[in-house]
Amino acid sequence: MVGSGAAGVMTAHGLRRRGFTGRIALIGDEPAHTYDRPPLSKQVLTGEWPASKARLLPAERLDGLEVEFAAARAEALEPAARSVITADGGRHAYDALVIATGVRPRRLSWSTQDCHVLRTLADAEGLRAAMRPGTRLAIVGCGLLGLEVAASARRLGLAVTVIETLETPLADRLGAPVAKRLLGLHRDRGVEFRLGATVEAREPGLLRLADRSEVAADEVLIAIGCEPNVDWLDGTGLADADGVACDEFCRAAPGIWAAGDVARWHHPSLGRGIRVEHRMNAAEQAAGVAADILGEGEPYAPILFFWTDHHEVKIQAWGVIPPQVEPELAEGDLDGESFVVTFAEPTDRRLVAAVGWNSARAMSAYRAEIAATRR
Amino acid sequence: MKIAIDQESCIASGTCTALCPEVFGQDDEGYVLLLDDEPGPELREKIEDAIDSCPAACISADG
Repeated sequence: MVGSGAAGVMTAHGLRRRGFTGRIALIGDEPAHTYDRPPLSKQVLTGEWPASKARLLPAERLDGLEVEFAAARAEALEPAARSVITADGGRHAYDALVIATGVRPRRLSWSTQDCHVLRTLADAEGLRAAMRPGTRLAIVGCGLLGLEVAASARRLGLAVTVIETLETPLADRLGAPVAKRLLGLHRDRGVEFRLGATVEAREPGLLRLADRSEVAADEVLIAIGCEPNVDWLDGTGLADADGVACDEFCRAAPGIWAAGDVARWHHPSLGRGIRVEHRMNAAEQAAGVAADILGEGEPYAPILFFWTDHHEVKIQAWGVIPPQVEPELAEGDLDGESFVVTFAEPTDRRLVAAVGWNSARAMSAYRAEIAATRR
Repeated sequence: MKIAIDQESCIASGTCTALCPEVFGQDDEGYVLLLDDEPGPELREKIEDAIDSCPAACISADG
């Protein structure tokens, strides 16, 4: 496995669980590997949890996998020689390769050294150290990660401004009414929004916007999304800017699979390639890849799931929202404590997605309906 | 098998309940409820599926 995050580790686990007794090597370039990323924007950032609590597997289980860890950065792949080349000069031969190198935060041309991103534990620790009460934090990018950090920052007593180029961010991910409610929640908790705004420059203590106005910023977080870590695959034809291309068994080439945030696989139910950066998918896809490596694979057709937590609100989503489809209210009250909205496929009105606001218990019924009605 | 839950880490996805309803339930807010902390060996496969699928990695088992 190249990549020691959730996908890499859970592929190793899946292989052992299915009785594979051969050698497994896990190559990862993060010094603190095998931790879980979702808490980094939440409990680890606020300090509620120590970093050690965000582990993927308890230490005994990790040791029990009998995996050879190589702390190294993959630099190249030689498929003909079945070898991964690492930056420290290592050559790692394989019979089966799993590409699980994930993604890295995108940056902007104006960003300076002092601008933060948030992907790794080191990023979270650096950001946490900068988050003192009264500090003015500017978050560039109104995505789910940016907003989770906004919530954490407000809880720590920072002043927060979120700057976003879109006028209606997150409408495609949550549905317009849910996105509106979520921004409203943040506004109620003191976050300022500059929507339809573009940053041009970082200047001392502020961000200069394209309309010449300023946003006060002692600290800056760039949270505009991520790009797949596929540079090391240059020249192999296996990947492009949207990750490693795979079939419905998550195979990229003979003897080569991909799993997790880096994988764009053919989803049999959706009928197209898709790449998602969801924690749930990392482990589920890893299990599927482990099965396929051992000749026991099935087409990988998950019902996609993500969750995002903001203050006391838990948002959960099952399925894929079709473009330009308006949600219907399925239960609860859009302005109330909890609700569920659903999305139907325009051609045949099948339920294809559901988004819940503080409705975790109710979501399983919608998941089941999405599963039951799909092609 | 003896099952343990790290209640604090649960994110209420309901995945464990879907995979092994005999052992895992959900409270009103959707968080995991351990219905049987010493289930029989016939449930091992389903329990291991639940452990592996938990997106918060908050279930563990001994034995």
